[in-house]
Amino acid sequence: MALTRKQKRTGLILSGLLLLGIAAALVLTALRDTIVFFYTPSEVVEKSIEPGTRFRLGGLVAEGSFEKQSGATVQFSVTDTDKVLKVTYTGTLPDLFREGQGVVTEGVLGKDGLFMADTVLAKHDENYMPKEVADALKKKGVWNEGKATQQ
Amino acid sequence: MIIEFGHFALVLALIVAVYQTVVPLYGAANGNVALMRGAAPASYLQLFLLAIAFAALTKAYVTSDFSVHNVWANSHSAKPLIYKISGVWGNHEGSMLLWVLILAAFGAAVGLFGGNLPPGLKARVLAVQGSISVAFLLFLVTVSNPFARTFPPPIEGKGLNPILQDPALAIHPPLLYAGYVGLSVAFSFAIAALIEGRVDAAWARWVRPWTLAAWMFLTLGIAMGSWWAYYELGWGGWWFWDPVENASFMPWLVSAALLHSAIVVEKRNALKVWTILLAILAFSLSLIGTFLVRSGVLTSVHAFAVDPERGVFILAILSVFIGGSLALYAWRAPVLQATGVFAPVSREGALVVNNLLLATSAAAVFIGTLYPLALEAVTGEKISVGPPYFNFTFGILVLPLLLLVPLGPMLSWKRAELWPAARRLWFAAVVALLCGVLALALQYRGPVMAPFGIALGAWLIAGSLNELGERVRLFRAPLATSWQRLKGLPGQSVGMTLAHLGVGVMVVGIVAITAWRQEVVTSLQPDETLQVADTRITFLGETPFTGPNYTATVGRFKLERPGREPVILTSDKRVFLPSRQPTTEVGILPTWRGDIYVAMGDKDINGARIVRAYFNPLVTLIWIGSVIMFIGGIFSLADRRHRVGAPKRSKSVQPQPAE
Repeated sequence: MALTRKQKRTGLILSGLLLLGIAAALVLTALRDTIVFFYTPSEVVEKSIEPGTRFRLGGLVAEGSFEKQSGATVQFSVTDTDKVLKVTYTGTLPDLFREGQGVVTEGVLGKDGLFMADTVLAKHDENYMPKEVADALKKKGVWNEGKATQQ
Repeated sequence: MIIEFGHFALVLALIVAVYQTVVPLYGAANGNVALMRGAAPASYLQLFLLAIAFAALTKAYVTSDFSVHNVWANSHSAKPLIYKISGVWGNHEGSMLLWVLILAAFGAAVGLFGGNLPPGLKARVLAVQGSISVAFLLFLVTVSNPFARTFPPPIEGKGLNPILQDPALAIHPPLLYAGYVGLSVAFSFAIAALIEGRVDAAWARWVRPWTLAAWMFLTLGIAMGSWWAYYELGWGGWWFWDPVENASFMPWLVSAALLHSAIVVEKRNALKVWTILLAILAFSLSLIGTFLVRSGVLTSVHAFAVDPERGVFILAILSVFIGGSLALYAWRAPVLQATGVFAPVSREGALVVNNLLLATSAAAVFIGTLYPLALEAVTGEKISVGPPYFNFTFGILVLPLLLLVPLGPMLSWKRAELWPAARRLWFAAVVALLCGVLALALQYRGPVMAPFGIALGAWLIAGSLNELGERVRLFRAPLATSWQRLKGLPGQSVGMTLAHLGVGVMVVGIVAITAWRQEVVTSLQPDETLQVADTRITFLGETPFTGPNYTATVGRFKLERPGREPVILTSDKRVFLPSRQPTTEVGILPTWRGDIYVAMGDKDINGARIVRAYFNPLVTLIWIGSVIMFIGGIFSLADRRHRVGAPKRSKSVQPQPAE
């Protein structure tokens, strides 16, 4: 069973392709099941997102909306200055979480319209805004360009 | 004045880099030895000029010269000296300057240690290095000038992002850059080989140490970044599959593959075309990593530079180097002739499987990292690809790789028998089984897969030792003989043993923290307690504290473990000047079973502190494993056969100069 060099090379290439195929299948399945979409409060309304859907909600923390509840649970509203969505979250907030600042939260929309976040994303400095939020706000025309580009 | 001097040196370095690119390449094409010889001095001169530029910028930082825009934007006179210095690369322009400085250092190192490279190859390698310098120096000089002045000079700077004011993060970027940029040498060798149309065992011996050094720096740099994230970001995670982390992880995976495939080129004169491709891909991924981090295209906790003009420039550099090198590859690769033939079951075969799995897992990470960007560019829809994707795809691809690691070194070159090789691993198999059973018995809750993970880690560790034992004929020859054999082992094989062992140690740490971590989040008034694992944590209260450039609230916690003296741990909430940006410093008590990790949060509605406490079992093994891998790299690098510049292309055996 002496294989020629060509046959061996073909075997090598075929096994490589097979692996790639398996990997591609893996990647596609994983992508389909694990990607999370990003919406602003307006988009949640426009696209009439179903309760129970998992997504990322981004915008500004509405002024005066932050409210501490029992234990480590807090409630606040996320706004894109057009629509507002209430968010509840249990845990410690990132250091830079403040009213009037950009925020990205990930969680599930409840039946009562309350967004139950399990993650509130950290921002690394006060001027840095999650890009999704900045883009969404730019679209709304409420974005102050000068502030964002400074480090 | 010194600033202008630095700027001038930067421009001169660009001119020298142009010379280093054009003249040696022309000389090599025409066989003009004098022109080829110009490459090495040019690389020294370029390094010298860039060192001046870098020193000038560093001086501006140390003396807080706020007339320099870059210093003003990223420094503050009240900062401790170490963070004034690390501030040089804690920003976009400065970090790119560090990037080219390290690039020039690698170029000069090739010039210095490449004494016995054939003149043509050396000239071409240095020319390619020079061309990378040209691109990035052009970038610095035109759109990213670190020496720009502001007038009138401000009195005080804006300060460095406090989260970057940390010892680990001060040295993390230089290490990571040394890794990224070190891969440029392998790239340059690959391009030079394609131009020459020649790849042989000597070529592989020249490339390997450089790749190894770059891989070692990447290993350490990534580990340090992960350690920093663990203690600084306050939620005790050590890896987030953040795009910026992935940006450094992809070159690591591909360079690991390159290290293995270069062995096949060296020993068996096979896999040449593939190895060249890996060398190109490894550096391309470094460039992509630089682009991802430096252009601000990412939605990332790390991205702190936002400027489309620069993004487009780096994208242009990317297209030229990646597109150009791949085009050259497509055109020239068929010229390279493979001579080594091997059976599927052989050491070469095992290394091929290693390469396929490493490359495929790198591809899976690549897709997950870039798919959201591509989708947004095409459809405008925004998505995020998070840890579930990466854990699933990467996990499935890397599992068979890890299972096969101990088997590979047991196989002989060219043709091997599977069963006899596997049988020699009985020791590792027994150890793995015992560890798995032990983990199962001790585990009172946690996923069923965890004991398998522990067994896998034990399999890797015991497998490496098993291989070493086989090599020195432990218990089959007298112990003294084994000891002699151990001392006589080439550094390269000791290095391999250690590197594989390090992977095993790391796997144990990863499995332990993933499966058995405990988390408690609760509100505590002073003198209230919480319980995590076997530790009782009492909140003693908080006191104010003033640091050099911040004010802090220091929370004190008493940790009581059964049968041990209580330990006091502190966790601060700091507010930095002048930005008023808050950060959290966590308190960590390392024990042999794992870390007790306490982070103080905000006050809740009743004025009690929200406290987050974790028990992170065996988490330190993740970083200990990385360090073991690094040490393995040192052993391999010290191997006489791989000493930089040692290999000769000629067949005749020449005496090595004593060192």
